[in-house]
Amino acid sequence: MSILTRTDGYGPTTARESRGVRERPMSRLVAFVIMGAFTLYFLVPIWWLAVASTKSRGQFTSSAGLWFADFHLWDNLTFLFTYGGGVYLRWLGNAVIYAGVGALLGTLLASMCGYALAKYLFRGRDLLFNIILGGVLVPVTALALPLFLIFSAVDMTNTYWSVFLPSLVSPFGVYLARIYAAASVPDELLEAARLDGSGEVRTFFTVSVRLMAPALVTIFLFQFVTIWNNFFLPLVMLSDDRLYPVTLGLYAWNSQTNAVPELRTAVIVGAFVAIVPLILAFLGLQRFWRGGLAAGGVKA
Amino acid sequence: MNRHTTTLARAGAAAVAGAVLLAGCSDAGDDGTSDGAADAASCEPSDGPVELTYTGWVPGMEDAVALWNEANPDIQVTYNTGPSGNAGTYQDFFNQLEAGQAPDLGQIEFDTLPNFRVQDGLVNIADCAGVMESGEQFVDWTWQQVTFGEEGSVYAIPQDTGPMAMFYRADLFEEAGIDVPTTWDEYADAAAAIRDEGAHITHFPRTDVNWFAGLVWQAEGRWFENDGDQWTVDLTGPQSTQVADYWQGLIDDGLVKDTAGFSDEWNNELNTGELWTWVSAVWGANSISSGAPDTAGDWAVAPMPQWDAGANAAGNWGGSSVAVLKGSDHPYEAAQFAVWLNTSEESLTALNEGGGLYPATTAGLELPALKEGLEFYGDQPIYDVFAEAAAATDPSFTWGPTMAQTYNDVADGFGGALSGSGTLLDALQSGQDATIATLKSQSIPVAE
Repeated sequence: MSILTRTDGYGPTTARESRGVRERPMSRLVAFVIMGAFTLYFLVPIWWLAVASTKSRGQFTSSAGLWFADFHLWDNLTFLFTYGGGVYLRWLGNAVIYAGVGALLGTLLASMCGYALAKYLFRGRDLLFNIILGGVLVPVTALALPLFLIFSAVDMTNTYWSVFLPSLVSPFGVYLARIYAAASVPDELLEAARLDGSGEVRTFFTVSVRLMAPALVTIFLFQFVTIWNNFFLPLVMLSDDRLYPVTLGLYAWNSQTNAVPELRTAVIVGAFVAIVPLILAFLGLQRFWRGGLAAGGVKA
Repeated sequence: MNRHTTTLARAGAAAVAGAVLLAGCSDAGDDGTSDGAADAASCEPSDGPVELTYTGWVPGMEDAVALWNEANPDIQVTYNTGPSGNAGTYQDFFNQLEAGQAPDLGQIEFDTLPNFRVQDGLVNIADCAGVMESGEQFVDWTWQQVTFGEEGSVYAIPQDTGPMAMFYRADLFEEAGIDVPTTWDEYADAAAAIRDEGAHITHFPRTDVNWFAGLVWQAEGRWFENDGDQWTVDLTGPQSTQVADYWQGLIDDGLVKDTAGFSDEWNNELNTGELWTWVSAVWGANSISSGAPDTAGDWAVAPMPQWDAGANAAGNWGGSSVAVLKGSDHPYEAAQFAVWLNTSEESLTALNEGGGLYPATTAGLELPALKEGLEFYGDQPIYDVFAEAAAATDPSFTWGPTMAQTYNDVADGFGGALSGSGTLLDALQSGQDATIATLKSQSIPVAE
């Protein structure tokens, strides 16, 4: 969601425009206060998590929540990465495979599909698109159980594939790719490419993909977050905990804290470590994505 | 955080349960009871090497399984760890049963066994060699739970139990000159005295309905009966009413906190001397020592307060069994493993060390590790108290077939009672109504 919100207010262009209009200081102040409140709202839990990760078990309940006590981060990390034979690292790796590779391939499929829907005329195109659009409305959670029954019919539950394959599909990505391809890939350019003797596939990868880059990054981020957060599918599919993604692993640990209270520490530190890849993905990709938008702006 | 997770898990569980029931209707015919009967009639060893799968959530189970695998090269067990039962593993079992993909063995808590029994998810292993014979090794009430009181039936092997006793702050009681209560009347008096000291005797946990059930269990109340034809639901019998009225009185007088159990706030209250007692199960020892590390050496354990002075009745909170799930190709081997896992000294020792399990066998209660004094509890050998409680637990308490739902509905009412709308008894009444309605909606015969 946050990505969409940010696209609405994309930085450079609004700033440039607003210089002309000259906004009043009052409205600027209000905007700052609101944005500040939101920032605080989103950052305080992360701050809490960061602080809690450094505490020993006793201090966790006895010291103030938002400030540091004695520094135990290294002990906690050691505990996290060694508990249960170091299974946490595996979970992290699994999550990166499911979400990273899944989102990459998912983006490729969605963009090809959306591009085809936008740029080729064929019978049933609108029907197909509408059906895919309908898929946007079906929550992934509702699909978990039917998928489980299908995968068990072919004996593929409790495998990497059972979580990976369903993650490749993104109706919303197709939708976004179609809209963006229609708007940003001019037919004339495709015509020119064809005249120059480029095949359709080559045109797609060399010309269209570049023009669609900002949309692709958005689709990738969306898909990455969707897979990363899709908790129910692995919960239903996987019984071997070595195949768990990190979200499910932490959940399983958390559900055992009544019996093994030491796991509280592992859950908290584990949650903190688990958001690092997400932050990296966002910070890393934001650059591309802003560049893409600016390029679009210049062209327009 | 805890409360959020449970709500989420409940919502998810409810969604899946609905879906599975729907799915169940469509092909109940071909997945029928006939092979169930065959399983029960003949429990023969398989030819050749066998591989078994086993899903549970006991930490350290891998070690016990490794011991077995080493000694039994022809029966190799693969252990998978899942989230705790109500947090997802039970629903996984139901889904897998539906798809014919269930593991050979599954950990199932006693309060959920009837649910699996009603849904025909368990194999009757009574005819498997050694199973019936193992019965006498277990604490009475646990064997009753896995046989459902039926002749010639064994649906699971008991694994661990949660006999209840009273944890209390020995140092604070002594300083304040308050006697450690032995009856519930004395407990109420102590509650008032402790309130005068500016603290609370304990908390009333709104979501731990199974804790409350343990108190009713001690009073020899029965929430469910099954006569073979139909279920009787009675959450508001005289004993339940007595327990509910008693705690309602403490709540009305402001003598107990309304902190949620196992929350950070609750840990903090234990750690700072705000709460003086906790009537809880044997595994609670670990909850206190890890949640309230600053109070090391100050706690002690006494038997549960009694309704009749001089009695020694105890309740139970928690405990699991290991069941052979429907669809297993090797019930004989699975049963052998389950019996070994839960009766052999080497396994019970491993499970106690790794997972803190409190064994369900009478011999297991004599493990050397369960005879030692614990530093956190002032070097008191606290497990002796729990061993007595295990022996004094009423064997005839029966769980209903939809406990997750019953817990939910009663917990909603408890929450209301704590915030002043309605009483605990009202909560039990509405829980009973909701349970009867649920049983009917699932076509489980129930007496009105």
